[in-house]
Order: sequence, then C-alpha cells, then structure tokens
Amino acid sequence: MLGSFVGVLFDGFAYGMLLFLLSVGLSVTLGMMNFVNLAHCSFAMLGGYVTVTLMDRLGWPFFATLPVAFLAAAAASAALERALFRPLYRASDLDQCLLTIGIVFVSVAGAAYVYGTVQQPVQLPDYLRGAVTFGSLRFPVYRLFLIGAALVVTVVLVAALEHTRFGARVRAAVDNQRMARGLGIDVDGVFAVTFALGSGLAGLGGALAIEIVGLDPSFAFTYLIYVIIVVSVGGLASIGGSFVAATLLGISDMAGKYYVPHLGAFLIYLVMVGLLMWRPTGLFGRR
Amino acid sequence: MARAMTPEEVPVRTSMRTTRIALALAAALFGVAPAHAEPTVKIGLIMPYSGQFADPAAQMDNAIKLYMKQNGDTVAGKKIEVIRKDTGGVAPDVAKRLAQELIVRDKVDILAGFVLTPNALAAGDVSAEAKKFMVVMNAATAIITTKSPYMVRTSATVPQLTETFGTWARKSGIKQVYTMVSDYGPGHDAEQGFQRGFKDAGGEVVGSVRFPVANPDFSAFVQRAKDMNPEAIFIFVPGGVQPAAVGKALAERGIDAKKTKVLGMGELTEDEARKSMGDASLGIVTVYHYDHNHDSVLNRGFVKAFNEANAGRNPNIYSVGGYDGMRLIYDALKKTGGKTEGDALVAAAKGMKWESPRGPIGIDPETRDIVQTVYIRRVEKVGGQLLNVEFDRIENVKDPFKARTTR
Amino acid sequence: MATVSLEALRGPHGYLRAQTRWRRTEIAFWLATLLPFLLFPSYLQLASQIAITALFAVSLDLILGYAGIVSLGHAAFFGLGAYAAGLISKFGWGEPLSGLVLASTLAGVAGYGASVVVVRFRHLALIMITLGMGLLLHEAANSASWLTGGADGLQGVRIRPLLELFSFDLWGRAAYAYALLMLFLTFLVARRVINSPFGLSLRGIRENAVRMPALGAPSRAHVRKVYTIAAVMAGMAGALLAQTTSTVSLEVLSFQRSADVLVILILGGAGRLYGGILGAILYMVARDQFSGINPQYWYFWIGLLLIAVVLFLPNGILGGLGRAAAWWRRVSP
Repeated sequence: MLGSFVGVLFDGFAYGMLLFLLSVGLSVTLGMMNFVNLAHCSFAMLGGYVTVTLMDRLGWPFFATLPVAFLAAAAASAALERALFRPLYRASDLDQCLLTIGIVFVSVAGAAYVYGTVQQPVQLPDYLRGAVTFGSLRFPVYRLFLIGAALVVTVVLVAALEHTRFGARVRAAVDNQRMARGLGIDVDGVFAVTFALGSGLAGLGGALAIEIVGLDPSFAFTYLIYVIIVVSVGGLASIGGSFVAATLLGISDMAGKYYVPHLGAFLIYLVMVGLLMWRPTGLFGRR
Repeated sequence: MARAMTPEEVPVRTSMRTTRIALALAAALFGVAPAHAEPTVKIGLIMPYSGQFADPAAQMDNAIKLYMKQNGDTVAGKKIEVIRKDTGGVAPDVAKRLAQELIVRDKVDILAGFVLTPNALAAGDVSAEAKKFMVVMNAATAIITTKSPYMVRTSATVPQLTETFGTWARKSGIKQVYTMVSDYGPGHDAEQGFQRGFKDAGGEVVGSVRFPVANPDFSAFVQRAKDMNPEAIFIFVPGGVQPAAVGKALAERGIDAKKTKVLGMGELTEDEARKSMGDASLGIVTVYHYDHNHDSVLNRGFVKAFNEANAGRNPNIYSVGGYDGMRLIYDALKKTGGKTEGDALVAAAKGMKWESPRGPIGIDPETRDIVQTVYIRRVEKVGGQLLNVEFDRIENVKDPFKARTTR
Repeated sequence: MATVSLEALRGPHGYLRAQTRWRRTEIAFWLATLLPFLLFPSYLQLASQIAITALFAVSLDLILGYAGIVSLGHAAFFGLGAYAAGLISKFGWGEPLSGLVLASTLAGVAGYGASVVVVRFRHLALIMITLGMGLLLHEAANSASWLTGGADGLQGVRIRPLLELFSFDLWGRAAYAYALLMLFLTFLVARRVINSPFGLSLRGIRENAVRMPALGAPSRAHVRKVYTIAAVMAGMAGALLAQTTSTVSLEVLSFQRSADVLVILILGGAGRLYGGILGAILYMVARDQFSGINPQYWYFWIGLLLIAVVLFLPNGILGGLGRAAAWWRRVSP
C-alpha cells in the first residue's frame, strides 16, 4: 500500500515537473507584459522536433540535443517577438489571442508537412532506461532525471531572479512597468530576453516530454490547455506559483487516476476550478 | 481603401466591369454545362486529413494512391476520379455535409474512406438516402454497416478481433485476466468483446479499469493492475502516442511480459510503439488482422511498393483497409461493367472473395461486412529487429456481434 | 461607435432610437442571405451550418463583446442544446420547432445556473473557470455514454419534417431556411437587447464593473440575465445543428468548438453586432475552400489569414472596416 502510494506521489511529481518546465516561461511573460502568447507550446514542439531531428538524422546523443533544443526555441521566439509580437503589445487581449492562434495553426501545419503526422519516438541512452529500486519501491530512472532537471532549472531561475541585476530588472518590470521605464530600465529589452528564455525553457520541456507523452504535430494544441491551467492556478509571473501548481496538478491527476479511476479525467479540472474559486488570482498571484 | 473615381475614369471602369461580369457569366454557364469528356466514375474520399487522426488518414490515402498507380485509373472503360474531403477529425455533422455535397455538387458515384466511426455513421444516412455505394475502409464499430444497405466494409470490426482473441486466450491456457481499456466507445466495445469471448470459453475476469481518453501517463493504472497480480492483462488503447506510453509504464513498474502475460490489440505493438518501447515490448501478444511482417508473396510485394513510394514507411491496417477498398471498388465496377448505381455495385460486392496482402478476405453477403483471418502475434527479435511474429490464426471470422443479433 | 451624431446629443434614449434604425447596408445584407437559394443551390448545407455558427457567435458576442465576459466554455450550452434536441427526438418527440424551444430552454436553465458562479469572477480566473466547466461537461458526457452514446455519437435521432412539409433532405433547402429564419429572429432579439438601456449598462459593466453598481446598475443581476440569454441562443444553435443533420457527437461540447467560435468572433469583430455573422461567413467559407484545395494542410493558410487580419485589421474585420470608413469619411471631399 505504502509502496503504491509513494509510487503515485513520485510519478505525479515527475509529471508535474514536466508541466512546470513547459509552463514557467508563459507564467512570467504573461505576468510581465500581459501578452497572451498561445503559441507558447509551439516553441515546446519545436524543441521536441529539434531533439528528434538531431538524434534520428544526425545521430547525436540525447544530452547533447537538449541545449540545442533550448537555444532553437529561444532563437525562434526572439525572432517572432521582434517581428510579430512587439507591434501588438498595445493591442487588445483578443487580438493577441487571434495572432498567436494563427501562429499555432501555421506551426502545426509546418510540423505536419516537414515531419509527417506520425508519432516521433526517441531512443534514450541505456543509462536513462529502467528503474532504481529501494526495497519494494521502484523509481523509473527517466523520471528521476526529469525531476532533477526541473529542480536545477528552478534553482537557477530563482537565483537569477533574486541575485542578479537582470533579475532585479525583471522583478521591477513585473511589479510596476511604468515606474521601471521611468527609472530608465529598458523594459522592452528585458521583456525580449525573458520571452526568449521562457520559450527556450518550453523547448527544453518539449524535448524532455517526448519520452513521457510523445511528440506529433498536434502537441502545440494538446498541451496548451494544461499549461494554461498551471499558469492560471499558480498565479502570473510567479515561478514558485507555477512550481506548486504544477506539482499539485500532477499529483492530483495521478492520485485521482489511481484511487478513483472513473473520476480520473475529471479530477484535474475539478481541482483547477476549485482552486481558482478559492484563489482567483492564482495561488501566488498578485493583483 | 481605393480613392474615388474621377469622372473621366468612370466610363472606362464601367465598361471594364461589364466585360468582367460577362466573362464571369460565360464561365459560369460553361461550368454548369455538362462536360462531354470521357465517362468517369467519381469516388468521394472522406477522411480526417488534418487534426489528431491525420496519420491514419495519410497511411490510408497513400495506399489508395499506390493501388491506383499499380492498376491504372481506368476501369471498365471509365476513368476513376478521386475527390478528397477533410473532416478535420471527429465531426459527424461535417462528414454528413461533405457526403451530401459530394453527391449533390460533385456528383460522385461512390463514397469511401471513413477512418472514424461517428463520421461513418453520419455518412451512412446519406448513402442510404441517395442510394450510393459506400466503402468503409477503417471505422470498426460493428453497427456501422447496418446504417445503409449500400455500404460494405474492408477493414475489421472490433468484436471480430476482440471476441476471437478472448476465446483464443482462454483456449491457450490463460484462466484469469485483468482488462484495461480507454474510456470511450471503441474501448468499451473492446472490453465487452474480449470479456465475452474469454468468459464464454470458461475464463475469469478478475478486475477491470478504464483510463481517461487523453491520458498521458499510465503509471497509476499499471500499478493498480500490478496490485491485483493477475495471470494476464488485456490492454486496449488507441494508436498514436498511448501504446508506447503504456509499454513503458509496464516496463517501469516491473511487469515482465514473460511472466505476466500481456495481451493487447494490435495498436499496442504498432511500429512506432515498438521502436519507442524497445526490448520492453518483447513477449507482448496481440491480435490484429494485418501486419507488414505477414509472410506472403503478395504482402512482400505490397510492402516493398509502399516503402518505395513513402520514404521507407511501412503500411499498417489503415493502408491495407484502403488498398483492399480500392480493389473492391475496381472489381465491383468490372463486374457491373461500369454501372455505378448503388444496387448494382453492392450486389456485385456481396460475396466477393479475394487475396489481400493480409491474407484471404471476403465480403459477407448477408451483412456486407468483412470476413477475414484473425492473427495472433507475439513481439520477437528477428534479425536484430523487433517484429510482430504471427504464430496462430483463426480463419474465416465473421463479425460475431451481427451474427448474434441478426439471428 | 466612434463618431458622435446629432441624435446622440438628444440624450441616451435618442441615441438608442438612432441605433435601432435599420440602415440600408443592414437591409441589403439580410436580403443577400437569401441569395444562396438562387445562386448557390448546392451549397445550402454549408450555408445552413454557417447560419448556425453565426447564431452561436452572436450569442458569444452578447457576453464577450458587450458584457466583457471572455468564455472558453461556451460550447457547453451549444452542446447541451444539441444533445437535448437529439434526445428529445430519440425518445419519440420528433417535431423540430417544439424540440427547438425545449432544448433552448434547457440550455437557458443551465446558463442561469452557470451564471450564478460566473458573475463572481473576472479576468483570467473567469476564463479558466468557464474553460474548466466546459471541459468537465465534455468529460461527463463521455462518461454518460448510456445516455449520450459516448464517442460514437448519439444514435436514433429522428427528426420529422418541418411543419410536416419540408424534410431535411440531401439538398439542404429546408435546413438553410430553418437555420436562417432562426438566426434572423434571434438576431432581432439580440439587437433589441443591445440597443436598450440594459444593453448600455452591459457595456458599462464591460468597461468598469466596479463602478456600475455605484451608478445604480445591479451588475451581477444584469450579467446573469445576459449570460442566460446567451445560453438560450447558443443552445438554440446547437439544437438546430442536431435537427438539421440528425447527428450529435461529443465534439459539440468540445474545447475545439469553444475555441473556434471565439476565433470567429474575434475575426469578425467583437462588440459590433454583425461581427459574429461576418466572422462565421468568412471563416467557414475560407475553411471550406482551403480544405477543398489542400485537405492536409489547409490550416496553414487559415493561420496566415488570422495573422494577416490581426496585423492589418485590428479589432476584427468590422473594426478594421470601421476604421477605414472613418478614415474615408475624413478624407473624402
């Protein structure tokens, strides 16, 4: 009994970490610039496809592809931000919605055209396969790796935010954009870099996700809902909020499916609605 | 926004406009006038070319193109013209409208394709009303062919595969089974079919669970199954991303396919899933009506031609459903001498038997549904590759659901 | 709404009276909706589905464009109407008009229930709660497959011919006439609602929900009212779809449908009465044409279309046209 309880907690936490990696970028950019970027998961998908291409066609080892996935997604988002998003910061939320949905459509069609609609498998190196046993408890190695990666990212992000100049500027821009501009902070530049970083993280998340949830052109749509749920439950512009929300949702999803399977799919939505009714601005949201 | 026209420009613009209108009218008239080209047979293909089910549609479409390339596009003195329409996924209202438009606007003679059950059911109404021959090339729910007397199917039905498998499983010595299926129509059908076949042959179902449809992570469910410690586990998940996820969850949770028998529908060990699962897939036993590994001369040729035309990709059940569907259409047209009335074509199709890349198949004259050999396969390593190796078969299987209910 | 006319100076009632006058372009538009019967007789099925989508979009406009409630779960009411109409006919009552009234009422009741929750929230929380409620209903319908038919869809839907004379056949004449008539009638109602003091207060609530009660407008009650009306209209659209196609499947409740209607409304221009209708026409015709030309990658072109519209016609097509018209009026001699 304890074994399966720990197993469910562990798997839920790992799944939550995956959601965290995919969502943290959107939380920060949405909170900072109020720009509704529904194309966030397209960058995740890009990261995934970069990993697949490098591994399948060029024979790269898995670990080497991860930084490239991050950089490719970051670069693509920087280009898009400058070309398409920047003119629309003053536009209405609905227009931003429409633009980014258009981008999602284009990206999904592009992925289908270049890679086909088939599922992309990824072949992990042997040391990432299998499981580690502690007595009666089994911990799959890949999920341990995923948790580790997410924790490293969290530590780096929090450290950067709290202890660097850039982080201070980010925090200033989030708290009060007008004042920050007034103080001479190049808010647009800060946002551009944050946006690229956030999308890069999504790309990394997409690459890491393939082993757990697969990759095909509809990825950009499917995970958008989960990401938005994490972002809204966690609170905008909050790394801690995304972390807690993702963990909560991941564990409740797993626990629900294990303990109450016929409620399985309902639970994640019920938890979301419940949490939002209790805390409308999210667990760690401001405003 | 154009600027206003100056008074001098007006007569020029107006006369140009009149000319354009005249030309448009003329074009319209020409469009409406009957084409006096060679006689054609038009086939309307309704498939989910975009969206979640785009891959099965692409596999089916490529096989259809292959068949036409191999056999030419002229049958019984008429040219075959294919019109493709996209439903975007599960959208019976769209499928119905597309079927109606194909008949009313494009004047198609035959409706074909149909990867998804709700779309096939909706189009069935149109086939019945307009009395058009309809060939279902994939959708597998048993009741589909009852919707129209002009409909035939060239794929498989869920009971055909699952009930047969259940019976086989019991007969192979397995006494207890735990079933796990996706919580939607085809999943429920698979569960009922397998359990029925298994119980009727004397087996015991120790427990069952249904996973949510869009479920990304199966660890929790596999854990539940492991807790029951059953002799065998039966799994049904739709193709795509889930089979690999299930396989990996099984391996991660320590369910060894060699100790606990893992039984599944063929989707569980499709190409991409096996590649992703790696050696964790060894020993999984599945039931299906086609695998590209099937050992026959006809199939080897089919797979080779398909590989060449599709960058090395192997055909799967969608491909063979489409390939056989085209074969059926061509043969039926040859039999009717090119006549395309629904009654003529369906009469020609009833009772037809032929050799397909999957094995011998036929169309049951009573139910207009497919009769074929059902294969039991195991994943084994052959020449360094993981393949579905057929080790048992049940021949001439008719759809048991309709066989029961039409008595 | 940018220009101030003389009538506006006569006070709010004068302004409203001016708004309710039928402009020539409006009359021309509604007459043009009859053209498909003559010019495009083989496109009537598509036309009926466009009319149904337009009705759905107008219902969303009432809450989004006018009351400022962004809902990502509006398909819940569409789906409820569709399943209600389908089930009513399955259990023996196949008459379409009365089935339509029953189904719409049911959707309205659900809308009232939902509105009690919805009025308490704003901004992102509201969007997500509407999304969550929509997704929950979709899951519930999937689970209740004994009632809804689950993923295979509802079977046994039998609709009698309209007024016992016009059956919903292959050609779609009755379907289009029925859908168009219902669209027109509900549009009249929506128009009336919007161009009334109630409608004005809705716009006030959209702009500043906190301040409206200070002016004496019971904002929560108003929002509940408009949400219920929108739910009735959405339910009617769903019921129309079920009746004209005799099919109902889970996708009528799906997030995809909620997202599509939102895109359509933004495309046409929210808060501008005709935005939903124009958006529906443009989006569905473009989609039909693109997917005919390229069944596999048509959404690439739709994506480009959406991006182009946002870049060149902000606030939707009507918004862009409105600005163009204003500019035209300024520069014309």
